[in-house]
Amino acid sequence: MSEAVREAQKKGRPVIRNVDFGDITYRGYYKQPPSAIVSILHRVSGAGLFLFLPFLLYLFQQSLLSEDTFKHFAGVVSHPLSKIIILGLSWAYLHHFTAGIRHLFMDNHIALDKDDSQKTARWVLTISLALTVLVALKLFGVF
Amino acid sequence: MQGFDTKKNIGQRRLVVGAHYGMRDWLAQRLTGILMAVFTIVLLVSFLSGQNFTYEGWAGLFARQWFKLFTAVTFFGMFYHVWVGIRDIWMDYIKSVGLRLTLQSLTVLWLLACAAWTVQILWSV
Repeated sequence: MSEAVREAQKKGRPVIRNVDFGDITYRGYYKQPPSAIVSILHRVSGAGLFLFLPFLLYLFQQSLLSEDTFKHFAGVVSHPLSKIIILGLSWAYLHHFTAGIRHLFMDNHIALDKDDSQKTARWVLTISLALTVLVALKLFGVF
Repeated sequence: MQGFDTKKNIGQRRLVVGAHYGMRDWLAQRLTGILMAVFTIVLLVSFLSGQNFTYEGWAGLFARQWFKLFTAVTFFGMFYHVWVGIRDIWMDYIKSVGLRLTLQSLTVLWLLACAAWTVQILWSV
């Protein structure tokens, strides 16, 4: 390394290097902006929905096949463990849905700049969580 | 390739991929996304405007031919959407070509099976 480069680093020039998984999770070197959180959760929620596809199709089939299987479906769904899974999947669906709509806005060059995109990312997180709370209240019989 | 013009294939207009698959899948992801959003809203409105959640009401909704077809098309669109998304995940994280090809192939086969299963479910009502 030349003397000039070493000098520049002393003056606090930003160090550009690859960011690994540990840096953004347990080491906490980097704080993720809302848009990054929305982005990774969009992927996680999509993958989760994919993994639970057989469970969802099974429930769909049970609910439609006959009166008897409908009762069986209602029994499965009323089990607390199923309710927790369904709540998780509801969040995944709602997050994927709202984050997808944010994508459609950005495709049309709406809210593309730094500040606006963080604002819409916060909206996505807030709206999807608020709707999930509503689903939770309905699922556990509050209303 | 449709509409291919060598004179336009220079500079910024130069095609960097041969099959246009990036644009096609990007667009497909949007169109299927909109389709699913519309379906979700139609289903929620029909469901919430109904009375108690009974088998008759629920199955009656899916007994109608137009709703069967609408649901089938939405699900097929969803499976294509899933293919694009899951393929992206395999491409991002699975570095071994052999393993990636295997996972991509299994994903296609699994989603085709899900599409057949969807038809069976819908046309059993």
